[in-house]
Amino acid sequence: MKSRVGTAYSLPLTLWISVFFLVPMAIVVLYSFLTRDTGGGVRWEFSLDAYAAIFKQTDSGKFIYLDILWYTLVMAVGATLVTILIALPCAYYIARTKNNTLLLFLIIIPFWVNFMIRIYAWVAILGQSGILNEGLIALGILKEPVQFLFNDSAVLLVLVYTNLPFAILPLFTTIEKFDFGLLEAARDLGASHLRSLRTVMLPNIQGGIITAILFTFIPIFGTFAVPDVMGNTSVFMLGQLVTSKLKYTGDYPMASSLSVVILILTVGGLVLYTAFQRKQEKDKRVFIDEGTL
Amino acid sequence: MKGSEVRVENADKKFGDFHALKNVSLTIKKGEFFSLLGPSGCGKTTLLRILAGFEDPSAGAVFLDDTNVIPFPPDKRHVNTVFQNYALFPHLSVFENIAFPLRLKKVPFAQIKEKVVQYLQLVHLVGHENKKPNQLSGGQKQRVAIARALINEPSVLLLDEPLSALDAKLRHQLLMDLDLLHDQIGITFIYVTHDQSEALSVSDRIAVMNEGRVLQIGTPFEIYEAPADTFVAKFIGETNIFDGTITAHDKNFYTIDTDGLGSIMVTSDRHFDIGKRVRHAIRPEKIDITKEKPTGLPGDFTVLHGKVSESIYSGFQSQFYVETDQKVQLKVYQQHESYLERGPAIRWTDEVYLNWDADDGYIVELI
Repeated sequence: MKSRVGTAYSLPLTLWISVFFLVPMAIVVLYSFLTRDTGGGVRWEFSLDAYAAIFKQTDSGKFIYLDILWYTLVMAVGATLVTILIALPCAYYIARTKNNTLLLFLIIIPFWVNFMIRIYAWVAILGQSGILNEGLIALGILKEPVQFLFNDSAVLLVLVYTNLPFAILPLFTTIEKFDFGLLEAARDLGASHLRSLRTVMLPNIQGGIITAILFTFIPIFGTFAVPDVMGNTSVFMLGQLVTSKLKYTGDYPMASSLSVVILILTVGGLVLYTAFQRKQEKDKRVFIDEGTL
Repeated sequence: MKGSEVRVENADKKFGDFHALKNVSLTIKKGEFFSLLGPSGCGKTTLLRILAGFEDPSAGAVFLDDTNVIPFPPDKRHVNTVFQNYALFPHLSVFENIAFPLRLKKVPFAQIKEKVVQYLQLVHLVGHENKKPNQLSGGQKQRVAIARALINEPSVLLLDEPLSALDAKLRHQLLMDLDLLHDQIGITFIYVTHDQSEALSVSDRIAVMNEGRVLQIGTPFEIYEAPADTFVAKFIGETNIFDGTITAHDKNFYTIDTDGLGSIMVTSDRHFDIGKRVRHAIRPEKIDITKEKPTGLPGDFTVLHGKVSESIYSGFQSQFYVETDQKVQLKVYQQHESYLERGPAIRWTDEVYLNWDADDGYIVELI
């Protein structure tokens, strides 16, 4: 009886996930194994062309797609790293502040402004006649405007900016739940302040850190808008590539196979990580034999 | 003795407007089981946190064997703490929790293992070493916390209400274990508690605290039998208190004209002038309760007549609230060791006689 009630409760969620998540995902995977049809769309013929194309080389031996994949990976790892490094102290500070409603509110406020507008706001700040250039010229630091836009740094900056709240919030919730008495216990037992943070706090907020990494790395890895607006037009990130395959060349199988690669890389990393954790946990067991007793 | 002497000199602590510790000075002897006893907010935990190094006093000093330890952070003091909520590291196994201080010192694993096993045996937890703290019962957690605090071989062990989260029976068991442990390792134990029976049963000496001050330091016997003031008299055990004026004085014998109970006699080895107002206390178990009027008592006995307004039977003893003819409520405990000799039990609404010796009363303080 109990299980039947449970099934009934989980039905709406099951339906929702099936219709809006599993089915579209299945379609993407399916498309990646079909043949491209001229003029967009797919023909129902099994083909691995879309995957083979990923390893396509130019005549000079350059891997077009793998280079993009590598570039995307570097950008995403970099942006995630910077985001987490900024988010950790922020979340720590908010969690340790007694009346933190205002601080949390400040983190959520940017969401009231449309995502694209927030990106373009950075153009207004960093552009040739933007606030930063004008300000620096007015202060006499610069003689003429500098191009801050359309480079990797600009992309990184805006990626970090847009994803920071997604890292701060999960970190905040785990740090808030953390028993700070444990740090005192660690100090008491001989750990320096830094050591107590590393050996006691870090492992106990690990769940929050992983969530924060996932919440930032996954969207960044598939990002499209930020590098499109802020980036150098001569380099692509994977998200831009998928978009162009869909929008401009109508290559659905290729767009799908690239999406599957993104999925495997993001989920696969996580699976490997948890497996590694479990093994370590097991290796740490201590066996006390009769002899020592 | 492996323990350290702990000397607190004029320790003062303010948290904003709250004056948590008011000029506290005390000396705890090497190897002593010393309790800080008082109600919540009395400053006992603040004092303990100052000893551990988690708080700095606003003024004053703490000496461990003649070294002022105030400049040292907690990790540089030869003092370890058993925390009220255990503070076990949830991500580490029992073994790794206990090994934590040794891991910090980068002790080779073979030595760590040997020592952890030794301490697991000390607290009877062999076989639980691979469990995580959330798989342990409250009592087991407490024992892990104790082993972890002892493995560094501190010269002082601080215990912050270590038993308050446990049920009564387990509390008693662990208290006896702690006492035994103290006898075995011989270091100084400083035990913070609000439970007077815990403090009385295991301490060598007790400091009773209230509102940031130490009111009395003494052996459990001294604190119970000769409380320094009204607060101590009321906080430790039960007591009947009545105020009065000293009307006569003959050597150790004082006659007090009490407010409402007439004239009573009491002995005191302290001197009080005739005409002074004093507070007199008599413990409930020192009052004899009988149905018949007692005869043949010496003149220094106090005898009162009254009616039982409440009687509570609790096995080994009965507690009575007796309203005397003067309309004063007294609490009386009667032990049941001689039930058959004493005849039928005293019941609710029975008329009774109360009597006690002048030696059993106690003049607490001038008022």
